[in-house]
Amino acid sequence: MMLIDLAANALASGAALGSIYALLAMGLAITFGLLHVPNVAHPAIVVAGAYAVALANGYGADPLLAALLLTVPFYVLGLGFYTFYSRAFELRGRGNSLQSLTLFFGVALVIEIGLVIAFGTDLRSVSVPYVGQSLSVGFVTLPYRFLVPALVTPAVILALWLYLTRTHGGLALRAVAHDERALSISGIDPSSVKRHAFGLATALAVLAGAALIITGPVDPFTDRSLLGRVFAVVVLAGLGSIPGTLVAAVLIGVAEAFVTTFVSPSWAPGVAFAILLGTLGLRPSGLFGASR
Amino acid sequence: MMRTGTFATIAVLLGAAGFLLPQVVANPYYFYAGYVVLQYIVIATGWNILGGYAGYINFGTSAFFGAGVYTSAYLMQAFEAPLVVQIVAAALVGVALGVATGYLTLRIQGVYFSIATLALVVVLETVVHNTEALGGASGLTTIGPPPPAWFKGQTQYVFCVMLVLALLAVVIARWIETSWLGRGFRAIRASEPAAESCGVPTLRMKLIACAISGGIIAAAGAPYPSYAYHVEPVSAFGLLIALNALAMPLIGGTRSWMGPVIGAVLLGTIQQVATVTISSEYNILAVGLLLIAFVVAAPEGLLGLLSAVRGGVRWSAKPARKPA
Repeated sequence: MMLIDLAANALASGAALGSIYALLAMGLAITFGLLHVPNVAHPAIVVAGAYAVALANGYGADPLLAALLLTVPFYVLGLGFYTFYSRAFELRGRGNSLQSLTLFFGVALVIEIGLVIAFGTDLRSVSVPYVGQSLSVGFVTLPYRFLVPALVTPAVILALWLYLTRTHGGLALRAVAHDERALSISGIDPSSVKRHAFGLATALAVLAGAALIITGPVDPFTDRSLLGRVFAVVVLAGLGSIPGTLVAAVLIGVAEAFVTTFVSPSWAPGVAFAILLGTLGLRPSGLFGASR
Repeated sequence: MMRTGTFATIAVLLGAAGFLLPQVVANPYYFYAGYVVLQYIVIATGWNILGGYAGYINFGTSAFFGAGVYTSAYLMQAFEAPLVVQIVAAALVGVALGVATGYLTLRIQGVYFSIATLALVVVLETVVHNTEALGGASGLTTIGPPPPAWFKGQTQYVFCVMLVLALLAVVIARWIETSWLGRGFRAIRASEPAAESCGVPTLRMKLIACAISGGIIAAAGAPYPSYAYHVEPVSAFGLLIALNALAMPLIGGTRSWMGPVIGAVLLGTIQQVATVTISSEYNILAVGLLLIAFVVAAPEGLLGLLSAVRGGVRWSAKPARKPA
């Protein structure tokens, strides 16, 4: 009975955790999964978003509401970020992946250190009434600080999926991922579509940041432990599969929760990376990705 | 760029000068700081063999470095092995790890390879964290036997050991560059399918590149326990090592053995001065900004800039090749 108890709790918290991971990975699923831009700075942007939400929360704003408003400036930030990136590489026609990876690596580092210099290395958190309370159903207990952000993800994924499949903008975005030149022949500027996609991904990062900081305190270096998880999620899902992201993330979340419960919490950070290495080695196209 | 005779003379002179230095310079701090710069010459040179010559970007340098650190720390603790044995063993572990990474390239290329190497760091760090024999999170205290009297102190001794390693690494890198191996690596970087179809044994070449690169980086970690007296997972698998391994060759220039050396000496010295005079946060910030600036404005590094200024040739089209 004890064992089933533990397993059920691990399953529930793992699923909630995975749902949050899916939100963290969503921006990367667009930039890396659809546009093939290896944005290793994405987790750092998420952490920056979490700090922005914490700052707004300091003035009494609800973190999720604040994040929703912050999506606008972050969208604009993303536009600027992509403009810089494409000016530096893509337009000059010498954007190999080494250089763009290195650029994003540098950007991630600068964001981290910028946060350290501006806010110090202390842990930051938000104060909301539901943090500290838990939902109990039978013998399964789930803290609201996991449950609330976990419920945001399905809504975001549904909205994103509807956008990608039902609107012209979404169609253009998928088309740019599929064949850039064909899109430019049909009279649409691929780089403006990509810029928009980057803005979208950055806006999603601030929502993810809100989810992250509701879940637990954040420091400027939190992005390092997230990096492996988000890439594991995107690669396991298969590039370009948005709903697959949720499935992959929940799988990883549950695996981590089981390792935490039945082995030791100190092994948990390695789980996502081990899954990532395994996926890359055995099935590089992921669970739902088309073979490339 | 430099004839073999000149190169050998300079290398021997530098080595001899290093061994005489403890007799002349009394303040051990210079050796303490110089050790770090030399260590980065080894790391950057090792990284460049895979990353610069063959074009496979390793983000997981600290995995190899950390493996070297822990191999030598363990041998020191368990068997009181001498430093030379530690270095050889660490290099062998690095070679084994490199070959394993090399087999990964069978399935994954480009960005995926880089991400996989990043994963390697975290997996190794987690394993060390949870291994009792390696001290777990609190680490190991590593105090070796006293150094030979000639060196007047432990710091001077490890400085000279690292100098020898740096010279060895540069000699290996220079030899590779001018030999058939270097030609094979460059072919792989230019186009793997094309190289394969021209009869370049790409898998074997990649395995060799990974093995040599991994061995050199791990060897750079081997004297660390003797240098710092204490090892723990966070510093052994530190991000700054992975960052510098990437930034130094990129700033110096990745096409020739000189690039990583120039980058390591420049950036390493700046960092040593900056950690003393400014704070370490601004130090990392400066490295990050410099990295971005170089990758955007001068992707061929200082050497590329230099040859562009000197010859007016388009450096992007012409790789730096020099006959021996």
